[in-house]
Amino acid sequence: MWEFVNYYFIPGLVLGCIYALGAIGITLTFGILRFANFAHGEIMMSGAYLTWTVMAIAAGAGLTLHPLVAMVPAAFLVILLFLGTDKFFYKPFRKEDTIKVVMASFGMMLIIRSAVQMIWGPNQITFVRGIAKPNATLSEITSNMGLQILMPNKHLFIFAGTIILVMALGYLLNRTRIGKAMRAVSDSPDLAHVTGINVDKVINATWIVGGICATAAGVFLVMDTQMLETTMGFRMLLPMFAAAILGGIGKPYGAVAGGLIIGLAEELSAYPWIGDTPLLSPGYKTGVAFAIMVVMLIVRPQGLFKGRSF
Amino acid sequence: MEAYVGYFLYLLSLLTVGGIYAIFALGLNVQWGFAGLFNVGIVGFAAVGAYTYALLTTAESTFHLGGFGLPLPIGMFVGMVMSAIVAAFIGLICIRLRADYLAIATIGIAEIIKLILKNETDITNGPRGVNKIPRMWEHFSEERFYSSWPMSWFGTPENWEAFFDKLPNWYWQPLFAATILLIMYVIYRMLERARTAPWGRMMTAIRENEPAARASGKDVTRRRIEAFVIGAAIMGLAGALFAQHLRLIEPTNTFDPAKVTFLTWVMLILGGSGNNRGAILGAFLIWTIWSASELVITGSIGLISNIFSTLDPSILQTRAGFLRMMLIGILMQVILQRYPSGILPEVRPASPKADNNDAGSTGETK
Repeated sequence: MWEFVNYYFIPGLVLGCIYALGAIGITLTFGILRFANFAHGEIMMSGAYLTWTVMAIAAGAGLTLHPLVAMVPAAFLVILLFLGTDKFFYKPFRKEDTIKVVMASFGMMLIIRSAVQMIWGPNQITFVRGIAKPNATLSEITSNMGLQILMPNKHLFIFAGTIILVMALGYLLNRTRIGKAMRAVSDSPDLAHVTGINVDKVINATWIVGGICATAAGVFLVMDTQMLETTMGFRMLLPMFAAAILGGIGKPYGAVAGGLIIGLAEELSAYPWIGDTPLLSPGYKTGVAFAIMVVMLIVRPQGLFKGRSF
Repeated sequence: MEAYVGYFLYLLSLLTVGGIYAIFALGLNVQWGFAGLFNVGIVGFAAVGAYTYALLTTAESTFHLGGFGLPLPIGMFVGMVMSAIVAAFIGLICIRLRADYLAIATIGIAEIIKLILKNETDITNGPRGVNKIPRMWEHFSEERFYSSWPMSWFGTPENWEAFFDKLPNWYWQPLFAATILLIMYVIYRMLERARTAPWGRMMTAIRENEPAARASGKDVTRRRIEAFVIGAAIMGLAGALFAQHLRLIEPTNTFDPAKVTFLTWVMLILGGSGNNRGAILGAFLIWTIWSASELVITGSIGLISNIFSTLDPSILQTRAGFLRMMLIGILMQVILQRYPSGILPEVRPASPKADNNDAGSTGETK
């Protein structure tokens, strides 16, 4: 029972948090700019590399920075990267067929990945050394209550970070003017334009929100796996798209729910539900996300939260 | 003399791989150029064709399923069929949805195919891949071919062995290149015929104005699936030829999305989407640039590492490869923004009989 919770359920939730943060950016771009951004995974990956660089520079100056602190300057750079990409590569196609932007984003995916491989090299980099020990206080408290929950500190940080970011996003979308404008543009761009909403400003806000969430997702992923590699952005892309489609395009909360479902489904598919062997060979974890996506596209293309369906 | 043979063989390999990429680009042209279907999973269809061909035609092996030793054309044909079946599966699910979904689904199916190839070690030998894939013309000099029919009807194995010993060891290269160019030409002629036929004009109509095509009674979904499946079958054939060229295929490095999917896209966009000649021209052009830049990189790295002896040339070599990929990506963005119709733009109207002046009255020239 506790083995199930500690080795399958909690890692599934952690993975789900990472997918959720990535999917928020994808679903907002899909809803507001109306195209599937293939470069999102690579931007996530470059955010993680930038964080590593900030940490390495700080370590050179004799400072040991926690990844969550080093993430802040990296997020600024990622936002600049997002806005720059938009200005030079996506904006020229805004009045044209959306498939052109999808093609441009597909090209950006390769450009960003090759740039990262050129600057940092193609090999794996260790992010934080050492084996993560379970948090002693948490296991003591829970064992007093008759539970056995083992969670390393990194997982606690990931949960806390995700909850804070999602709450901040909820505040932004429901309470602030720009957030409401974002939701309006996502629902109906023409109507939003007529009411005098500055669409360009909304688009920039989308990139900023997406950039912050993408950096957080990238950093959380490397905090979890403890290593950086240039293929991780591409590996995350499919589950993130699946999460966005599952939750409903243009629905940030849907993306969070979709991310958690996909993350849990991927981890739980390897649990020995029947007999002693894993239900699905761990090599096929990525396939779970794809299968869920295909089923959703057949049964309910608008997603769980009734997002946009084209 | 020896040096000239070297140049000749380099040119032949350029033509061989360029021809294979041209077949990929022609397949993509059916999907994107004719029907406007955005496929970013070319590598998946290529892998299906390549692995089907490899498993059917190799000699019996303990490492992977079968090694059925079937004749080569059968292997290529079944490769095409398998690729078409995968395309039909994706097409039936996604083609009625918006183009973005098809893009996501194709990139997904390509990853799933690679996942299956990596994990089903009993069938595909997993990450170690399939080895000793027979290559057209070269396979005649292998013992299992010249000691069985139909070659055994014309001579004893000893005679054949003596015959192949007399030939230079690159005898198959011109024949292989010529066969690939011939296959490319046949596909080109078939697609030109399809383009100027009513089918091709209907595809254009569906791509340009779907509601109007639907209103005039065209079965839009079915036609789109047709185009998608035909394109995927051509890609499967190209994948089988790719496997012959390489002779060793494995899931990760052989079928790298950047080198197959992305290069094919750049080739088609540069040459001109919708134009079959443009697809072929773009393929040869980009492949020549790609392989010539390898020589330039190797040369300049030799120079740089002589001057700065502290730098490690092997690191420079890998980094330069990524720089080249990045430059190709930027080239694609420039073409997309500045020259969206490519070198050879699409010819409209598609029918050769229609006069340009006549068509002008409807405002639909070019």
